[in-house]
Amino acid sequence: MKITILGAGPAGLYSGLLIKKANPSHAVTIIERNAADVTYGWGVVFSDRTLASFQRADYKTYEQITDHFVIWDDIDVHYRGEKISCAGHVIASIARKRLLNILQSRCLELGITLKFNYEINDLTELDSYDLLIAADGINSIVRKTYAPHFKSSVALGKARYIWLGADKVLDAFTFIFCENEHGLFQVHAYPFSGTTSTFIVECDEASWLKAGLDQADEAQSLAYCQELLADNLHGATLLSNNSKWISFPTLKTRHWHHQNIVLLGDSAHTAHFSIGSGTKLAMEDAIALASALEQHQDLETALNEYELGRKPVVEVFQKAAQESQTYFETIKRYLGLDPVQFTFQLLTRSGRITYDDLRLRDNRFVEAVDRWAMQKASGLDTGYYPQRIFAPPPMFTPMRLRTLTLSNRLVLSPRPACPAQDGLPGEEYAAQISNCALAGAGLVVTEPIAISAECRITPESAGIYDTRHVEEWMRIVELIRTRTKASVCLLLNHAGRRGSTRPVAQGLDRPLHHGNWPLLSASPLPYTPHSQVPREMDRADMDRVREDFVRATKIAHEAGFDLLQLHFAHGYLLASFISPLTNVRSDEYGGDLEQRMRFPLEVFDAVRAAWPQDKPIAVALSATDYARDGLEVDDAVIAARRLKAHGCDIIAVLAGQTTVDSEPAYGRGFLTPLSDRIRNEAAIPTMVGGYLTTSDEVNTILAAGRADLCIIDPPQLLDQDWRNPYGKQ
Amino acid sequence: MRVGVGLPSTLPGVKGQLLLEWACRADDGPFSSLGVLDRLVYDSYEPLITLATATAVTRRVKLATTIVIGPLHNTAMLAKAAASLDALSNGRLVLGLAVGARKEDYDFAGIDYRGRGKRLSEQISTLRSIWEDSTICPAMVRPGGPDLLIGGLSDRGYARMARYADGYIHGGGPPRAFARAADNARAAWSDAGRPGKPQLWAQGYFALGDDTIKDAGYRYLRDYYAFTGPFADRIAAGLLTSPQAVAQFMRGYEEAGCDELLLFPTVPDLTQLDRLAEILNGPGRRAM
Repeated sequence: MKITILGAGPAGLYSGLLIKKANPSHAVTIIERNAADVTYGWGVVFSDRTLASFQRADYKTYEQITDHFVIWDDIDVHYRGEKISCAGHVIASIARKRLLNILQSRCLELGITLKFNYEINDLTELDSYDLLIAADGINSIVRKTYAPHFKSSVALGKARYIWLGADKVLDAFTFIFCENEHGLFQVHAYPFSGTTSTFIVECDEASWLKAGLDQADEAQSLAYCQELLADNLHGATLLSNNSKWISFPTLKTRHWHHQNIVLLGDSAHTAHFSIGSGTKLAMEDAIALASALEQHQDLETALNEYELGRKPVVEVFQKAAQESQTYFETIKRYLGLDPVQFTFQLLTRSGRITYDDLRLRDNRFVEAVDRWAMQKASGLDTGYYPQRIFAPPPMFTPMRLRTLTLSNRLVLSPRPACPAQDGLPGEEYAAQISNCALAGAGLVVTEPIAISAECRITPESAGIYDTRHVEEWMRIVELIRTRTKASVCLLLNHAGRRGSTRPVAQGLDRPLHHGNWPLLSASPLPYTPHSQVPREMDRADMDRVREDFVRATKIAHEAGFDLLQLHFAHGYLLASFISPLTNVRSDEYGGDLEQRMRFPLEVFDAVRAAWPQDKPIAVALSATDYARDGLEVDDAVIAARRLKAHGCDIIAVLAGQTTVDSEPAYGRGFLTPLSDRIRNEAAIPTMVGGYLTTSDEVNTILAAGRADLCIIDPPQLLDQDWRNPYGKQ
Repeated sequence: MRVGVGLPSTLPGVKGQLLLEWACRADDGPFSSLGVLDRLVYDSYEPLITLATATAVTRRVKLATTIVIGPLHNTAMLAKAAASLDALSNGRLVLGLAVGARKEDYDFAGIDYRGRGKRLSEQISTLRSIWEDSTICPAMVRPGGPDLLIGGLSDRGYARMARYADGYIHGGGPPRAFARAADNARAAWSDAGRPGKPQLWAQGYFALGDDTIKDAGYRYLRDYYAFTGPFADRIAAGLLTSPQAVAQFMRGYEEAGCDELLLFPTVPDLTQLDRLAEILNGPGRRAM
């Protein structure tokens, strides 16, 4: 076969040599527009798994590559004038120039024709070929020539970055975060030869413009970065190599081959540099292509197999790269975190590395995290390494909210399985909630408790609106207090349009067969097609509901609850005001978010005024409606900031159920990313659940600052006594 | 974890007598339930009719549909049929419902394929209401009617299950696929604030014997799942063909929190049932 390869980067050279090696009768020509020794970029990184595939593909180049590798296993994070290190992350790198030299020599040795300084502007300039391999990079002329067939799209990143080198030896993968008067700059730096390191400098567009870097030429950009990183470079010099500020282009291509033309590496796909996989993916493409060509006589079958095999793998990397890119683009939200926590958050950003993983990789780092968490929780703010030898894991640190101190970070709620009579919680309920406390929770939270009879979700819902209720709740709180150190939180609720339904054991939001009571909501929209149409609240209704909340608040204090939580989520009454899907009012309580928040905030203020100043208040807030045109997390951040300003101490993050057809992506910890955003953007403590069952999940969330308290799904031992809904066997 | 066995009601060419004999023997043990599958455009038996017949020749085992394609049925008729079956079997019915995976079943029945998920949600809610309130059903042998399971892997499917049903029925696959689905189901259940835990049911296929038997099993699965294209081979590759494979499969599901695992035959022969029973009765397994 006559094979022409456009582009003599790692993908082009490696595919050429592997194909020629497998079948020396192929005539392989590689065409490159640049000179043999001109190369863009500095060092490239590979994982040990990629190296193993090189070893199988071509031992000779593998040996040469590994001979010139720099291997290290530390990650250093420079942030706020401190350096935090974490070991155990094995990464290897090589100078791109060196890699190309190795591959070029091997190509020549195998009898491949290499044509450098050979510019192709039009594919008609090429001699005839049986197979054309397009390894000509992101601006591939081949892909552009057949654009309607390949169907590619490019998404530009929001940040700007420049790829520089430095004549400095680094002994770790190094992240540097530095702020100056123009904004935040982050650096991804790693060694790749005995003398030089890669320095990628990145910032958001605003900082870039403010620093005047849009007007700067290469020398000016270099000078700017040199000054910016003066403290980190210690006199070393930054180097440029035709370096420019660009936005990272993520390329996705629907089809990777067309007739006898195939795309390889960057001409088919790119992935953000922060996961360091561009060259790795390109060279793995080359291995897959060469192996498919070796196995199949029929070219179409071979190219199909290559594309079918590689595309899903590349898509997984592109997804991880997208997450990492988004993390760095929105990193400003984490600038409030202390260096140890900031580092932990950075290392666990993809969700693939957890607290327990890090403990295996670098026990000293995790012990430092534990000590930091304990010290922070104890309110001692002097230095990082207090006198303590060992500290408990983050889940067993205390937490302060006003004058309340929770003994640990674990929150449990009883399953709503015990029917109340006329709002009066039964014996079973008392037993369940005290079991939660005995199971080791620092905080137990009741199920949603109705502030009046007509605010109940079902006739079996418990309430706090009657003198008999006061005594019973007092007894329950007392029961917990005498037996455990757990604090007790009352969750106050008005069911709104989700009221007057059958017991939840029989399914959600199913109206009662007999004896329905009238419902209120922000707007007269039924929850399901079978639900009762609620009445739109008028001003008198608002006054009454607010006073019901205030009365319940006073009772809660009398009963001895430590913490009060108001329900602003899951489509209940106060949530129905906040979501644009359920509030279509035309008065001052509808409209924009500000107006939709008006009544819920009025209730909050009244409750805050009635609740003792030294006791904390929580709000359960919907972080998103999971529905088109509904509340988004950006709105929830604004709402959380507003609540904080009004004296809310902690947000319990919930989502969905605003409407019956909301579509949450259920799974372990599905609420955690939402909690992360609210906590770190609104700068307010959060508690989060979303099916958390393991200590590893809890410690990872807490250490990374994604939440302050974790709601644990009741372990099995709490489930033994749940009431069978119909008394079935 | 309890283990049940499927009836060979979707194996082409099976005679009614074999189904009855199969049900009888399964009832003698060690199985906890008998399962049936639903498919309109195929040489197979109607699932509720099949279970009704099995009712007459069994006393003990639960009778489970895993699943019935809900939207193909008129809801009131389905409610009455299921309630009747539950009453006739003295409360042994477990009604598993899902939207199914084949458009051709909907086309053949003249029922709109679009909107099937939403219709299933309303159907479950209505089934419950009919069983709880209405006078169209025979005297209920248990309050609330039969247990309801919902299948499906979409986000909305889990939400639907958690809103209205008693549990989740998984469609099949290796234990780790079930484990992930089970996590999603428990997360949805917890988010909905339902009491306790969802019942978690699952299913697998077996063919126990020499190569002829295994090949017959593979052939059947490739044919039954031909509509999934290249995926049929992967389903066939999951066929359990040895006592070791069955034991490890059961172990994997049990560890992932499965409450009841149904093993479906792929070869219509009573020796298949006997061989599966031997594995369940074997040393180290507790009695069902």
